[in-house]
This record gives sequence, C-alpha cells and structure tokens, in this order.
Amino acid sequence: MTELFIIWSILASQIILGLAMGCALFRMVKGPRAQDRILGLDALYINGMLLLLTFGIRTANTIYFESALIIALLGFVSSIAFSKFLMRGEVIE
Amino acid sequence: MSHLTDLPLWAAIPVCLLLLSGSMITLIGSIGLIRLKNFYKRLHAPTLGASAGVILICLASMLCFAVLQSRWIFHEVLIIVFIILTTPVTLMLLGQSALYRDRIEGTDGVPLKAKPISPKADETDI
Amino acid sequence: MRYWFPYPLLSFALMLFWLLINQSLSPAQILLGAALGISHAWLMVNLRPAKTSMKKAWLIGRLIGRVAADVVRSNISVMGIILRSRNRPVTSGFVPIDITLQDENALALLACILTATPGTAWLEFDSQTRVLLLHVLDVENGSAWAELIKTRYEAPLKELFE
Repeated sequence: MTELFIIWSILASQIILGLAMGCALFRMVKGPRAQDRILGLDALYINGMLLLLTFGIRTANTIYFESALIIALLGFVSSIAFSKFLMRGEVIE
Repeated sequence: MSHLTDLPLWAAIPVCLLLLSGSMITLIGSIGLIRLKNFYKRLHAPTLGASAGVILICLASMLCFAVLQSRWIFHEVLIIVFIILTTPVTLMLLGQSALYRDRIEGTDGVPLKAKPISPKADETDI
Repeated sequence: MRYWFPYPLLSFALMLFWLLINQSLSPAQILLGAALGISHAWLMVNLRPAKTSMKKAWLIGRLIGRVAADVVRSNISVMGIILRSRNRPVTSGFVPIDITLQDENALALLACILTATPGTAWLEFDSQTRVLLLHVLDVENGSAWAELIKTRYEAPLKELFE
C-alpha cells in the first residue's frame, strides 16, 4: 500500500517536472532574443537536475545524485559564460 | 522497488507531499517563463524553481534516505547550497547583459544610464 | 601564521566540501582535503578580495530569519501573479534606489538577497552615483519599494558591517 502510494507520487512528480522542462524548452526554442534563450536553458538545467533527483529517490542509486551535482555546477558555469558573452561579444563588433 | 517498501507510512506521506509540492512550484515557475510578456518579467520566474523547488525536493530525498539509512544524505545539502549560492549570480549577470543590449539597441521602456560611459584605462589595455 | 594560513575559514570550508563529496572521514581524505584547502587559500590571496569584518556577528541570525520569511512570502505572491497573469496582466517596473552602503561585501550580500527573493531582481549598480537599478515584478508605487528595501535590508546590513 505504502509502496504503491509513493511510487505513484514519484511518477506524478516526474511527469510534472517533465512538463516544466517542456515549458523551459519552449522558451529556449522560441525566445525572441538571445537572453530569453539563455534564461530558458538555465531553467532547463535546474528542472533536469530535479528530475534526476526524483530518479535517485526511486532507485536509491548514488550515481543520480552525483550527476545532479555535476549538472548544477556545469549549468551555473555555462550560464555565466553565455551571459558574459552577451555583454562582451558585442563590444568587439 | 525493494528499498521503498521499507519506508513506513509516517515518512512516506511527508516525502510524497514534499515531492509533489516541489515539482508543482517548479512547474509554475516554468509556466511563468511562457506566460509573462517581456524579458525582465521572465527573469523572476526561474527563481521559484531554483529556491523553493530545489529545497523541497532535496528535503524529500533527505527524509527518505535518512529514514531508510541506506547511505549518507549530504549530497542534497551540497546541491541546495550550490543552487542557492549560484542562481542569484546567474540572474544578476543575465539581467545586466540584457540591460546592456537593450541600451545599445535603444529599446523603449529601458532606463538610461545616469552618466555617459567613460572608457576605463585598464580596459583598453586588453 | 597569517602568512601560511591567509583565509582559515575558506580553507576549512574547502576541506569540509572535499569530505562531503568523497563521503568519507578517513585520515587520508582529511589530509588531502586540508592540503587542497590551504593551497587554494593561497590562490585566493592573488585575487585580493576586499577585507571586511563583521562588527556585530550575532545580528546575522536575525537577518537570515527575515530573509527566509520574505523568500517564502514572495514565493507565494509570485506564484499567484503567474497563475493570474492571463486575466490580469501584471505591471512591473524599474525602481532606482540610492544606496549608502560602502562595504563591497555587504553590497554583494545585498545583491544576493534581492535576487534570491522572487519578485525583485538586481540589474545594475553604478558605483559612481551609487544608484541601484532594481526590477520589481509587481510594482504599485516605486518609492514605497525603495523605502521598504532601505529599511528592511540595507539598515540591518549597515548595522552588521559598518
């Protein structure tokens, strides 16, 4: 009973997080300007990290948590690099 | 699914509630990315997922594995600390660069800089 | 002592971080973490961060509690704004605020607090005119927001650092 309950709620939250990733992906693809796309990419990173955490709860596998940590780090660095590029990339033009 | 059967009911209910509320808050933040009309409004939306969503889902995971006692639960603490420290920096830089681009293109509704930009000496050397 | 261990708190935090990532408390890992922490603190010396000292460190607890309460409250209000935004478009705007804080680290802390709270985003700080440009999602009147931020965050930070 308890097992069924928790498995269904993990599945529901995975579906919800998948929808959230879809929303962020929509903004990343459509976004009228470059900064909107970067914002979408940043949200996509965070949502994907949360999705990996729910997979980790479901399977109790440590690999998922390690990869969530790596995504958190790399997402931060890439967003910083992109927004720095937006600031400095046009100075040279 | 062997390890989840060991979870008692008093722990399973908070874990489920934390998971569902965290993912719902993240979804609302991502819907805000679609619904809000201009970039500066959208800049506020991912903060929801990054603050409340991350904290709630990590708390669910910590509670689950603290009750099961199958492994250390400190990875989630690291994730919470990282996200809370780094998200403001990202959004601040993104807002700055958007403001800079809008000023160069002369978009309406963007406040102008108080003074004309004077080139700094150490920037021209590079 | 100060020469060999320039930033003891930073070194300790790095060692703790190393141990948490490796998930072990064996002496070898503690030694390796300590070596990493101390050598990275030397790297930090080259960056020359602005030295600051907290005068009244006990006030930081009150500030953290206040920020946590505000983050929860503004999370709820921003969720409401997003869900209602189809029927009632939100009016957002830029709010300029005069900041009198001098300490750089206090300014950085203020920036992180304001950006971590949903509903307010730090956009730009002009260090010559000392004007902060803030974007507020649900702005009703800008001067009230400026007053709120000055009394609620800037005054405690000033008390804490100066």
